[in-house]
Amino acid sequence: MDHGAATTTTDPAATSAPLGPPLVELKDVNKHFGELHVLKDIDLTVRKGEVLVVVGPSGSGKSTLCRAINRLETIDSGEIRIDGVPLPEEGKALAKLRADVGMVFQAFNLFAHKTILENVTLGPVKVRRERSAAAKERALELLDRVGVKNQAGKMPAQLSGGQQQRVAIARALAMKPKVMLFDEPTSALDPEMINEVLDVMVALAKEGMTMIVVTHEMGFARKAANRVVFMADGQIVEEATPEEFFTAPKSARAKDFLSKILSH
Amino acid sequence: MGDFLSQFGELFATYDVPGAFWVNIQLTFWAAIFSLVLGTVLALMRISPIASLQWAGTSYVNILRNTPLTVIMTFLFLAVWTQLQITLSDDFAQNFFRFGVIGLTVYHAAFVCEAIRSGVNTVPLGQAEAARAIGLSFLPAARLIILPQAFRGAIAPLGNTLIALLKNSTVVVAVSVSTEASTLMREMIESNANFIYAIFILFALGFAVLVIPVGLLTTYLSNRLAVRR
Repeated sequence: MDHGAATTTTDPAATSAPLGPPLVELKDVNKHFGELHVLKDIDLTVRKGEVLVVVGPSGSGKSTLCRAINRLETIDSGEIRIDGVPLPEEGKALAKLRADVGMVFQAFNLFAHKTILENVTLGPVKVRRERSAAAKERALELLDRVGVKNQAGKMPAQLSGGQQQRVAIARALAMKPKVMLFDEPTSALDPEMINEVLDVMVALAKEGMTMIVVTHEMGFARKAANRVVFMADGQIVEEATPEEFFTAPKSARAKDFLSKILSH
Repeated sequence: MGDFLSQFGELFATYDVPGAFWVNIQLTFWAAIFSLVLGTVLALMRISPIASLQWAGTSYVNILRNTPLTVIMTFLFLAVWTQLQITLSDDFAQNFFRFGVIGLTVYHAAFVCEAIRSGVNTVPLGQAEAARAIGLSFLPAARLIILPQAFRGAIAPLGNTLIALLKNSTVVVAVSVSTEASTLMREMIESNANFIYAIFILFALGFAVLVIPVGLLTTYLSNRLAVRR
């Protein structure tokens, strides 16, 4: 553990770090699932180097929001820009943009028929057209960084959930993404494995990676986030620094939500 | 029993039984390869994001799967060869053999497509999402991530299709392939009506000998190659 992280609730270095230009911009984004209005007039800007944590009760639209940013979910209206470029609708342009947006899923989704190493090198070799030797070297560095280098030759099913999720983070990092999306990365993990994944994410945040993290891990939010967005019923209800949000939430919905998750 | 054995002996001495089965094996071999290719293309069309391709793939499967194989063979013989006078080889027997392979291919490709699609259904949606998320477009994602896992999940139904294909290869009599097993069986019965039980057992066993290993092999492979999740 990096010293100080356990004692300070907000990391001054993270919050005071100068943020860059807008990297992810959502304007008036709306989406329906049939009758259900899951995203309502979402306006959100994430700046380069910012770590944004999205919290909210289940069904509040936070996962949909996360998935809409690399168009795994389409939107009905509004606009999403990444690094100034509107999300393309289909085809090569969309694939190219997705390569710049790292995604970590709740269910890990490692390629089940490929080894750990192949999982990490596949994108660089097949999408970025890197030479296989160079991609392999970099993949091993990344696996070392997330602490699973010694598992490189194994198949995903042979690893624990925490290890698989760390590989999934390495796989996303191998694409050298501009921004990383985390869709409830620890929700499918056994409790004892949550911290090993969060530690990797905190380290990533400290290195200046732009991150959008859907999570219920308040410890992570306090340690690494610049800003917390609280969603309920498809709307952004509240935006604040982690300190403000957790100690003095303004809206009744947020107070109610926090009382439920922090009560024991 | 001894009676049957001597009748078998006589049948084997008079007729080229292995040669007849060999024709069915050859028909099955080529039709299996071509229908695997065509069936994979059809499956890709049906899972593609493009509506017109989905529609074309679905239409093909519904039409070919619901047409009796005999009708397809008769169509090739009467319409394509007799009426349109399209020939596939100057050699008479080779010409009919190729029509037979085509008929078997277009029919079984529909079943191969559905077997592969059932394999695709064994691949969790998250695999495709992860592939798209690292920037793979539809065809590379299908080739590198979805199909390799789908084929492993489809080995058993593909094996069933292969078994059906092997037995259906006897229907090529409808395009005048006159050297295969069921034609030989008819010839034998015409000339040796007193051997009828021996003849029946001979051909039933012949197909069983060919089909049983296919079933055993596909069961073994589908366990061996199953994707661990």
